[in-house]
Amino acid sequence: MVTFLRRRALTSLLPLVVVLLGVFFLARLTGDPASLYLPENATEAQKETFREVNGLDLPVWRQLVDYLQGIVHLDFGTSLSTGESAAAMALRAFPATLQLAITTMVLAVLLAVVIGSWAAYRPNSLADRFASFLSMTAASVPDFWLAIMGVWVFAVMLGVLPTSGVDAGLLSWVLPIATLLLRPVGVLTQVVRGAMVAALSAPYVRLARSKGADSRRVVAHHALRNAAAPALTVAGDLAVGLVNGAVVVESIFGWPGIGKLMIDSITGRDFAILQAAVLLTAVTIFLLNIAIDICYALLDARVRDKAMV
Amino acid sequence: MTTSTDETVALDVDGMSVDIRTPYGVVRAVDKVTFQARRGETLALLGESGCGKSMTATAVVGLLEPVADVTEGAVRITGESGTTDLRTASARRRRDIAGKELAIVFQDALTALNPVYTVGTQLAEPFRIHRGLSKKAARAEAIELMRRVGIPEPETRVDSYPHQFSGGMRQRLLIAIGVALSPAVLLADEPTTALDVTVQAQIMSLLKDLREERDMAVVLITHDLALVFEQADRVVVMYAGNVVEQGPVEDVFGAPKHPYTAGLLESVPVHAERGAELKSIGGSPPELAAIPAGCVYQDRCPIVRDRCREERPAAREVAPGHLSACHFPAEVNS
Repeated sequence: MVTFLRRRALTSLLPLVVVLLGVFFLARLTGDPASLYLPENATEAQKETFREVNGLDLPVWRQLVDYLQGIVHLDFGTSLSTGESAAAMALRAFPATLQLAITTMVLAVLLAVVIGSWAAYRPNSLADRFASFLSMTAASVPDFWLAIMGVWVFAVMLGVLPTSGVDAGLLSWVLPIATLLLRPVGVLTQVVRGAMVAALSAPYVRLARSKGADSRRVVAHHALRNAAAPALTVAGDLAVGLVNGAVVVESIFGWPGIGKLMIDSITGRDFAILQAAVLLTAVTIFLLNIAIDICYALLDARVRDKAMV
Repeated sequence: MTTSTDETVALDVDGMSVDIRTPYGVVRAVDKVTFQARRGETLALLGESGCGKSMTATAVVGLLEPVADVTEGAVRITGESGTTDLRTASARRRRDIAGKELAIVFQDALTALNPVYTVGTQLAEPFRIHRGLSKKAARAEAIELMRRVGIPEPETRVDSYPHQFSGGMRQRLLIAIGVALSPAVLLADEPTTALDVTVQAQIMSLLKDLREERDMAVVLITHDLALVFEQADRVVVMYAGNVVEQGPVEDVFGAPKHPYTAGLLESVPVHAERGAELKSIGGSPPELAAIPAGCVYQDRCPIVRDRCREERPAAREVAPGHLSACHFPAEVNS
């Protein structure tokens, strides 16, 4: 297992470096921060001073070396706009995103397992078709449209939910979670259903029935654990999407998470913040993938045996 | 055939038919099949692929696919809790019987065992379900069972997973699950087809020992004539969903009274000479959707007459306990 994890960590290092470099160069394509932070009538000399102070006058390769050296010393630079440490800002925004992502994933997995298993128990029944239709629709609705419709109906027309922010307690969670939830539930329900249909017609389920196992035992004990692996793969992908992709939802609902921080840092040409935020999500996704691999091994001894080799 | 009142009859399949719904209409896969299996005997269900023998076994244990249904007849199991007709019994009652009075050993042990649970968990399951044993007590039973079916070091192997066993050992595990609660009836669906010959012999001898020790009726589903000859007391020969002949193995194989059985026996290359052509039955079995009126074997039968094309022959006793569904059993010579 340790060997397996070490190998997994090493193979993940390269993509991490690529992300690091990619963000560094892409951020600099957004334009010159000097023209954004200084008044429009600032002189060229003032701009020059601004660049010098912030190290933006150096050649790009020098900036990169400085950046990479900083990372080694866990120094991720400071914000152009507030002067605050980039790492602190990213870490402060991250819990809000994680809360959203974890709540959404837990709800999505629970709903998908229940609906998917229920649909799979009698394939092509009315219940199954209904569930398939709903999940397909849920998976297809674009989140930005849903978010705006949600705000319009529940906040503007009915006035029961806040339009944005986090000040209304649990009520402020409803629209962001509902918006984020729909696609994962739809996609996961389809995956769980497919995997459960396959598992429920497998010979080991026939053997379980021949032992006198009741439906609950057959579904929850014998079939579900076999169906978990494909569901886990997709759930992992969806979780990755939530960790870095809540950008749209966080922006629309003014949710103070990492997605909103990224958008703000892009529009503010705040390179250090953007780099720190992207690096943080990249590392999270890297850890998430390792966690998923460990889950595979816990679920299925065949994976464990292969990983040992 | 009249229903036997013999006390030792454990499985009584009485005029059972299975229909399959296909896109082209309903086809009959098993047609009014009747046979009995007694405690302590091995009954072979013999036939070629597609003859309905596996479908018969699947129907008996109630594991038919949703597109197939038992449409007539009865399947009676007689065990410790009396006689139950599985067709009319409640789902609850059928679950009580399953594993306890009626068990099945499947052909492919690798796919039949659940890959994500230890073999110990799976062997313990019958005890957990039917006897309500604690995990610990059921595990002890599982270890004992593994020892009984000849798995070395059961105390450590109990925590292994199916893929960590060889094919022969997996088949032993499946048999162990089947015999766990000493059922009245054990169906074995081609239990040795996937194994090599030496392992095959070991498995069959294990089945035989367990049958005697636990006084079970073993129903051996197979296409292997030699296996039937060596292992079975009685044989039921199936063709195109119908039972064409049944009786004690010595009688049926010694003096077959149905041309299909005779043809099968003739195609065994016992005294074949090198270079000589092997004998076979001409033609092929009818499509299930196009089974002719009259005798099911008419198109391949060497002694077919006009009557065979008009009237389906009923099973008649040609010798004590030996039944043939042929209009002219006296003309069959092997």
